[in-house]
This record gives sequence, C-alpha cells and structure tokens, in this order.
Amino acid sequence: MKLLSLRASIAIALLSAAATVSAKPLVVCTEASPEGFDIVQYTTAVTADASAETILERLVAFTPGTTDTVPGLAESWDISEDGLTYTFKLRQGVKFQTTDYFKPTRDMNADDVVWSFQRQLDPKHPWHALSLVGYPYFESMGFQDLIKSVEKVDDHTVKFILSRPESPFLRDLAMPFTSIYSAEYADQLLKSKKTAEFNSKPIGTGPFILTRYAKDAQVRYKANPDYWKGKVPSETLIFAITLDNNTRLQKLKANECQVALYPKPDDIANIKADPNLKIDEMESMMTSYVAINTSHKYLSDARVRQAINLAFDKKSYIRALFGEGKATEGVGPYPPTMIGYDTDSQSPAYDPEKARALLKDAGVPDGQVFTLFARNGGAVTNPNPMVGAQMLQSDLAKVGIKIDIRIMEWGEMLKRAKNGEHDMVFAGWAGDNGDPDNFLTPNLSCDAAKNGENYARWCNKAFEEAITKAREITEPTERAALYKQAQQVFNQEQPWITLAYPKLFVAMRKNVEGFHISPLTNNNFTTTGVK
Amino acid sequence: MFSFIARRVGLLIPTFFGITLLTFALIRLIPGDPVEVMMGERRVDPEMHAQAMERLGLNKPLYAQYIDYIGKLAQGDLGESLRTRTSVWTEFTSLFPATLELSLAALIFAGVLGLLAGVIAALKRGSLFDHGVMGISLAGYSMPIFWWGLILIMFFSVSLGWTPVSGRIDLLYDIPPVTGFMLIDTLLSDEPGAFLDALHHLILPAIVLGTIPLAVIARMTRSSMLEVLREDYVRTARAKGLSPARVVFVHGLRNALIPVLTVFGLQVGTLLAGAVLTETIFSWPGIGKWLIEAIGARDYPVVQNGILLIACLVILVNFVVDILYGFANPRIRHQR
Repeated sequence: MKLLSLRASIAIALLSAAATVSAKPLVVCTEASPEGFDIVQYTTAVTADASAETILERLVAFTPGTTDTVPGLAESWDISEDGLTYTFKLRQGVKFQTTDYFKPTRDMNADDVVWSFQRQLDPKHPWHALSLVGYPYFESMGFQDLIKSVEKVDDHTVKFILSRPESPFLRDLAMPFTSIYSAEYADQLLKSKKTAEFNSKPIGTGPFILTRYAKDAQVRYKANPDYWKGKVPSETLIFAITLDNNTRLQKLKANECQVALYPKPDDIANIKADPNLKIDEMESMMTSYVAINTSHKYLSDARVRQAINLAFDKKSYIRALFGEGKATEGVGPYPPTMIGYDTDSQSPAYDPEKARALLKDAGVPDGQVFTLFARNGGAVTNPNPMVGAQMLQSDLAKVGIKIDIRIMEWGEMLKRAKNGEHDMVFAGWAGDNGDPDNFLTPNLSCDAAKNGENYARWCNKAFEEAITKAREITEPTERAALYKQAQQVFNQEQPWITLAYPKLFVAMRKNVEGFHISPLTNNNFTTTGVK
Repeated sequence: MFSFIARRVGLLIPTFFGITLLTFALIRLIPGDPVEVMMGERRVDPEMHAQAMERLGLNKPLYAQYIDYIGKLAQGDLGESLRTRTSVWTEFTSLFPATLELSLAALIFAGVLGLLAGVIAALKRGSLFDHGVMGISLAGYSMPIFWWGLILIMFFSVSLGWTPVSGRIDLLYDIPPVTGFMLIDTLLSDEPGAFLDALHHLILPAIVLGTIPLAVIARMTRSSMLEVLREDYVRTARAKGLSPARVVFVHGLRNALIPVLTVFGLQVGTLLAGAVLTETIFSWPGIGKWLIEAIGARDYPVVQNGILLIACLVILVNFVVDILYGFANPRIRHQR
C-alpha cells in the first residue's frame, strides 16, 4: 500500500492560507499543569497537549479534528503483504528547533526515528533506564512485544518489523508516545551529564518552541520559524493553567483567554447565550460504563447481568447527569463514530418487571447485596459519581437488589478494582487512536481479565476470537463484520451497563478561527489564530 | 530568656521527627502506589511494575525506606518529584513565593482592617457599628471560601470589570522569575505597568483568603480590648487626664494585642490551609495545589518533604510568636 503525501500538501496549503490571520497571542485556559515535556514518560492528555501537540511530531499525523491519518514526518510508507514489515520514507529538510540551549547541525533523519523507538524498546539503550517509571504508554500498548526491530535502511528510510500483523499500527504511530526526538540533542545531554533537561528543555520538529513554563501558572510557546509546514497563525501561544472550570469560563468571558477547554455541561446554555462566545462540540471517542464483575457469585450468570441492565433507567441517568443533548445513550462498548459499530443493537429498555423475573430464574435471593465502587470527584465520563451511584442503587432496590456504595479516591479505586474487589464499578474509557481494538482489547479481552484491566473480568471465547482476528487483518469491511459479531456477543452477555457516549465541548471567543475539536481529546493549535 | 528559648528549641526536635514519621507513614497507608496511579486505567505489567518500584527504591522494607529518607534529609537532600523529576526544593522555592505573597497580602488586609474594626467596635460597645462588625465577622468566619471567591469574581471581575479574574499577572506580560515574588519581579523587569497589573491581580485573592482571619482578628481584638478597657490602669490613665487616643492606643491596645498576637501566629496555619482553595479559584500557582496533586499521584518525596517544609515554617512562625510573646509579657518567660 502506498500513500502519497497529497493530503499533507493540502494541509500545508490550508496552513499557509490560515497563516495570514493574525499575530495576536492565543491564550488557552487549560485545566492542569503538564507533568513534564518528555511525553513518552507520561500518559495524561494535558501533558500530551503541552508537548506532543506543540513541540513534537510523529511519523504519521491525525488530521486535526478527526481520526484520519495523514503523513507526518514520514512522507510515505509501504506495508508488506504479510502485514509484518512497514517501510517509512522520511520527509527531507525537516529541521529540529533552534533554541538557546540547542542548535541542530543536521536535519531530522532515520537516526532520530531509530533512537526514539530504541530508547523505549531496548533495555540496553543508554537512555532506557533514565525514565524512572519506564515507558507506560508504550508498555501498556504492548509495543515491546509487537515491535521486533526498528532499522535504518538509509538516511531517509526506516523499516519496522512486527512480530504479528497489527491493523491499528499506523494509527498507533500518530499517538503521542511514538513522538520523534532529536538523537543529536540527546547525545549532547548524555555527554554533558544533563539528561534531566530532556524533560524540561524539550526539542522537537513541531510548530511551537517552548519559551517558559511556570508550574500551575502558564506554558508559553513561540512559533517555530523553521517549521516545515510554514509559519503557524499564532506567533505566541500561551496555556493559562486554570484549574477550576468555573474560573475558566469567567476568564473566557473577560477575554483573559480566548479558548477554554471542557466547560461544565451545565454551563453550555450560558455560553451559547453570550454574544461574544461560541462553542464547538463533537461526539467523543469515549464510553462511560458500569463494569459488572463476572467472576463473582450470581454476577457470573448472564441473566443476572441482563436483569441489572433492564432494571436501570438509563435515560433518566443521562438526563440528570449530562443533560439533554450532551451525551448519547450507550449501547455497545464503543461509540458509533468508529468502524464496525453495530447499528442493529439496541440499549436494553427499562423494564423492572422483566428484570425481577430474570433474577428469580437465576435464583438471586431478595435483598442480595452487591458492592458498587465509584470515585470521588467528577470526570468527563462521569460528571457526578455519587449521584450516579445513588440512582443505580435506587433503581436496583426496586427489583430486590441492595447496593452498597463505596465512594473512594481515584488511586485507591483503581487498585481495588484491578484486584477485582468490586461487584460493580463506575468506569470510563477514552479512545487513543480511533480504532475499535483500542476499546475492546484493553477493556474486554481475556488477557485484560487476567491482569485486572478488564474490570468485568469477562473472558468470552467467541468475543475473543472475533477481536483477535480483527486486529490482524487490514481489510476494512472484513474487520467491520468481525467487530459487529463481537458486539453482538457483548450485547447478549452484557458484562457492562454501557451508560453513555459523552460529547466534548470547547468554548471560545467569537474571533478565534481554525480550531478543530478532536474526538481523541487532544488539543492542537497549529491552525488556530485570533482575528 | 535564654533558658526559655532553649526549652522551646528543645521541643522542636521531637516535633520535627514526629512530622517526618507521620507524613512518611500516612502517604504510604493510602492504597495505590506512584506507578499504578500513573498507569491509571491502563494495564500494569507486573514485571514493569517491579522494575519501576525498584528504580524508585520502593521495593525495600518500610523501615529501610524511612532510614534512607532521614539519611538524605540529614544531608539536606529533599529528593526529586517522582512525576516531574524536578527536585522538591526547586519546586517548593518556585511555588512558595506565590503562596507567601498572597498570604502576606491577606494578613496585611486582615490585620489592618481587623484591628481597626475591633478597636472601634470595643470603644462603641453596643452601638450599631459594634453589632454590624460582629455580625459581619460572624458571617465572614462561616463563609465557604469557594463560593465567596466565585461571587467576588462574578461581581467585580465579570460584571464590573474592575479586577482580573485569575492568575498573578496578565499573561501578555512575560516576566522572568527572579525572586518569585511577582510584585518585586515586575519592578525588576522593564515592563511598564506590570507592577500595577500584578497588584491589581492580588486584590481579590487577598480579600478572599483574608476574610476568615479578618473575622477572627476583629472579634479577638474587640473582646481583648473590652477586657483591657475595664482594667484599673486604664481608669488611672484616664483619671490622670491623658488624651483619649493615648489611653486607647498606648495603654489599651498595646496590652490588648497580646492575645491578638497569638491569634496572628495561629492564623499562619489557617492561611496556608485556606490557600489551597483560594489558589484553586484564582489559578494562583502556589504550594496548596502542588501538595494536593502530589497526594493524588502518590508522589511520596513531594508529599513528605512539602509537608515537612510547611510544618517547619508554621513551627518557626509560632516559635517567633512565642519569643515575641515572651518579650511582650515577661510573666510567660518565668513560667515552668
């Protein structure tokens, strides 16, 4: 398969057109401080926004606002017939950023790509052990087993050999943890024993150069004058770190920032009514759900899980917690915007009578107690866990099930849920790359049931076969059919109460142009400017 | 006086060890560890988890970890944040000036207004002013900081546009940090207007953070003042024909200040605790938010040493207050 860089050329043309917009600084109210700038050491979206979406780039890129992949630092690529060898032709003339702490002597080449992957892959690599907690994303995506080798063919060609065919691989190469670093800069730091600076003084090929970072206050960037796509519309980009979402909205209203990420669902109407503001919304790649622990007594019986689903008034839950039009009712494990979504499946309709009958059939005694874990504090996938848990508790009480709610701090909940101490747990998943495999393998595969990441501890042979096969083939129609099959098994077995697919919102001033909200919750300001 | 100070210093040592032991134990009692929290909902490979814990030195028995910790402390090494890989001291010194600047501003606001309101209320006991001050201070004391901050922002910043919504300075000014105190750094920079802008940004957060201490100081000053005004020496001062101002400020207030001084010392702890909320509302980059985040991420070195540094500071302030108290009231010095 050969993909020419036509789409990249269109992107460049669009960018040059947008570049004429203005040189006013763009201030974005973000919700937290980045943990650092060496993104491969971290997993959070806010750190990715501050490093991978500004300073660094990857071989493949997502078109802003979509999950479509386009050439990035690689101009084109070939995939072998067996799906095991990927050969990337690198773009020539791409320069690393020049700052007061680093002046590159050469352009980006195959050495940089090999360095960026070997660092995470090879335990003997001089930089490998320098990350204290390892490379969490790389490891959680199973890359150390997937990639057999990364080789330099010539200065502008790199070859990846995989241990098995992996359909989502190209999309994975657009994700933050596969960012390309300057090997020359890394060598300099290693020689001068300043390796810690790799995380605080980053160098990449991206559109913005970091100029100042003050924790919990601001991250400042200036436009990269040597950027290979040409100059970006905003000469200065500032992330104003504003922890509280009420304050973010007030700052936006006072024009102290021009973009405010993730307003509260309650504030959407208020923003829409303000003549100076506008709102961008999108169906996200997120699912919020309650996992039912299928390894526990009674809950291992599919009839009991079906009964729990029938007894829960999901529509009222969505209306109360998200509000009308701010989330779509959940059916299957992943949202309808991805391939293979089973449009024939329906969410179980609220039917307490039928639920009671099923519970009786399954021999569940009246007053049976199940524990329900929920975290304290809200998240996008679950705006108010306490209220959500109480709604589920009151609905299940009507069919004779007692729910013991345990609200706990996030870290504690993760640990206990991974140990399988729960009967049910409120959870959520945000997709990383727009591929269904990214939802199904980590959350519902048999491997994940063993390591606890699959909170339902559900391992089903037919489901497992379908998702494994779909991961290995690239033909879209065939993959879609397999995923449809997997969803039908899921909907029959109901290891989750699939609650909702929340929508994403970003509020901004009317004079902001060129911002594309992304379904993957990454925020990229390469094409954004203030009029 | 020397033995008084020696006794106070002697008490500091067990307090210091108590704090190290308490923070060390408490953060480890919470389930979850730094590696697990970082992985979040993702898979934690047991082998990778074990390697990471070994690199962090968290695979050793607890007593060995505590000995390591105390050993490093003795050498003045506060360790590195597990998340940001920056030294705890660097992070603390970059964030603390913001908290200190805000706390001092709040304390000045609370101190000046509180003393003034308290004295006048005491002098006009039973008047409308007195009832008004006491009523308002009770309301101020019970005010939920989060709500109060947002109300002030909505009214003064959004509706009237008098004050900025949040932050320490307009981000269009790029002020390089020299001392970390924005008011000083803006004076050192060449940016005209930056100092006034920084001062402008300080007003609302200082009012919000100072509200509770203001209420406490006003009430304390009033009751202490009322007590002193009833003393014989005040009556004598009046009888010998001193001016009312001299009676109130020299004979009355000076003696009434003794308990108020203690309250001032104690308010430092309240200010640091209140700073967490105020910093969150006003996006003020101080140590409150830093510690809360560190607890969530199980960033052991930051939690242990951050709390230790703050505790040392509170102890130090109270120690100074004790000494001042000793000076102001000689009877304290001789008590055993």
